[in-house]
Amino acid sequence: MNHHPLRDAFAVQRRVIGALLLREVITRYGRHNIGVLWIMLEPMLFTLGVSGLWYIGRIHTLTDIPVIAFAITGYSSVLAWRNTANRCVKAIEPNLALMYHRNVKVIDVFISRTILELAGATASFAVLTVIFASIGIMKWPHDIAPILEGWLLLAWFSFALGFIIGAISERSELIERVWHIITYLLFPLSGALYMVHWLPKGMQEIMLWLPMVHGVEIIRHGFFGEVVPTYENPVYFALVNLILTLIGLALVKECGRRVQPQ
Amino acid sequence: MISLKQITKYYSTRSGQHCVLDGVDLTIHPGEKLGILGRNGSGKSTMIRILSGAELPTSGRVQRGMSVSWPLAFGGAFQGSLTGLDNLKFICRIYNIDYRDKVEYVEDFTELGKFFREPVKSYSSGMAARLAFAISMAVEFDCFLIDETISVGDVRFHAKCQYELFEKRKDRSFVMVSHEAHNIREHCTNAGVLVGGKLSMFSEIDAAYAYYHESIGN
Repeated sequence: MNHHPLRDAFAVQRRVIGALLLREVITRYGRHNIGVLWIMLEPMLFTLGVSGLWYIGRIHTLTDIPVIAFAITGYSSVLAWRNTANRCVKAIEPNLALMYHRNVKVIDVFISRTILELAGATASFAVLTVIFASIGIMKWPHDIAPILEGWLLLAWFSFALGFIIGAISERSELIERVWHIITYLLFPLSGALYMVHWLPKGMQEIMLWLPMVHGVEIIRHGFFGEVVPTYENPVYFALVNLILTLIGLALVKECGRRVQPQ
Repeated sequence: MISLKQITKYYSTRSGQHCVLDGVDLTIHPGEKLGILGRNGSGKSTMIRILSGAELPTSGRVQRGMSVSWPLAFGGAFQGSLTGLDNLKFICRIYNIDYRDKVEYVEDFTELGKFFREPVKSYSSGMAARLAFAISMAVEFDCFLIDETISVGDVRFHAKCQYELFEKRKDRSFVMVSHEAHNIREHCTNAGVLVGGKLSMFSEIDAAYAYYHESIGN
């Protein structure tokens, strides 16, 4: 038999994450009524509600950007990183018993929860876009490539953020409370509610420090084409993601050393 | 073979670092039946968890040359809100075996009846122990780590464990932790005693007992 330690380790991790995913689906959604479909429906209903509110609020009369597409792109982006990080907060405790199994690591819990959250957010984003574009409430996206690029970068950001927030929440009770305040404040700042072009010059520079703003800008570039200039810098976003990922991995590793199965 | 080399384990407490294991060396050979004696809080369960890999030592080396079970204890290792069956599936997936071949065996061994499909948190400690034991038998390990599981449960359960582990799988190793005398005397070929974070090994069970009782007396 040919044994490659690294390949074997990957195989184990894939199995563990798969098992955790199924476990998560069963405990969160159960096997009743539509069960697992809620993964997609929950973010969909959220996005629908917000889009509806903005439509009724006639935000679309203020600019030449179609409001439904604006709401869907903005709100889906927020959901991706916010839900992921929220689900990673205090994620270890309900899984502590499973840590009795040597192959189940702290990082697997975070990864499986992140995958589940992102799967839901992605499905919701895609399905809403297809439905609304098919029935003519909004136009089909101008170009799919930047949308994929922006979404993948946002997904990467979500992983890193999940690692960091998840690992820190195991150390201090404080972060759980503070994190909810931070997400609340970040929601309007993250690009969901504005296009960078609408802001005054000085403000633009400040907002572009926030990594997720770049993700939303890239996605909207793909949706609207050249209707409104966008100010994204994918290299900056990727670089921030890389740094956050390294910080996250270090924190998760440290967290794993302190976890005691009960 | 499994070996522990110079294992130390410290826990942080409000009043500083608390030493649980202090330079433990241990080797478990294939087929060896080892009993570990020690009072409550002497570090037996910590040692078992380090052997299994569920917990990492503060310093020292652990080498596992054979497959080792998770610590079979009353409650741990199960997700309480999942059913017994779902826990079986989960554990089978983790250890890469097909659960479909094992459902019947586990259902039969545990005699849980309809509770097999109820959340584990509704189980008594005896029921949880039966499930833990049965699943570990289904997965098949070279070395079983038994943390008091055998001492719960009724006569029937004891008889079944007796047959499954000590007869059918008598070529395997196990490490059994207990503060009760008779379990270790009955099943183990050698024994260690944990006192003050130090492990002393004895090839004669009676010698281990004498030392254990002496340590309690002090």
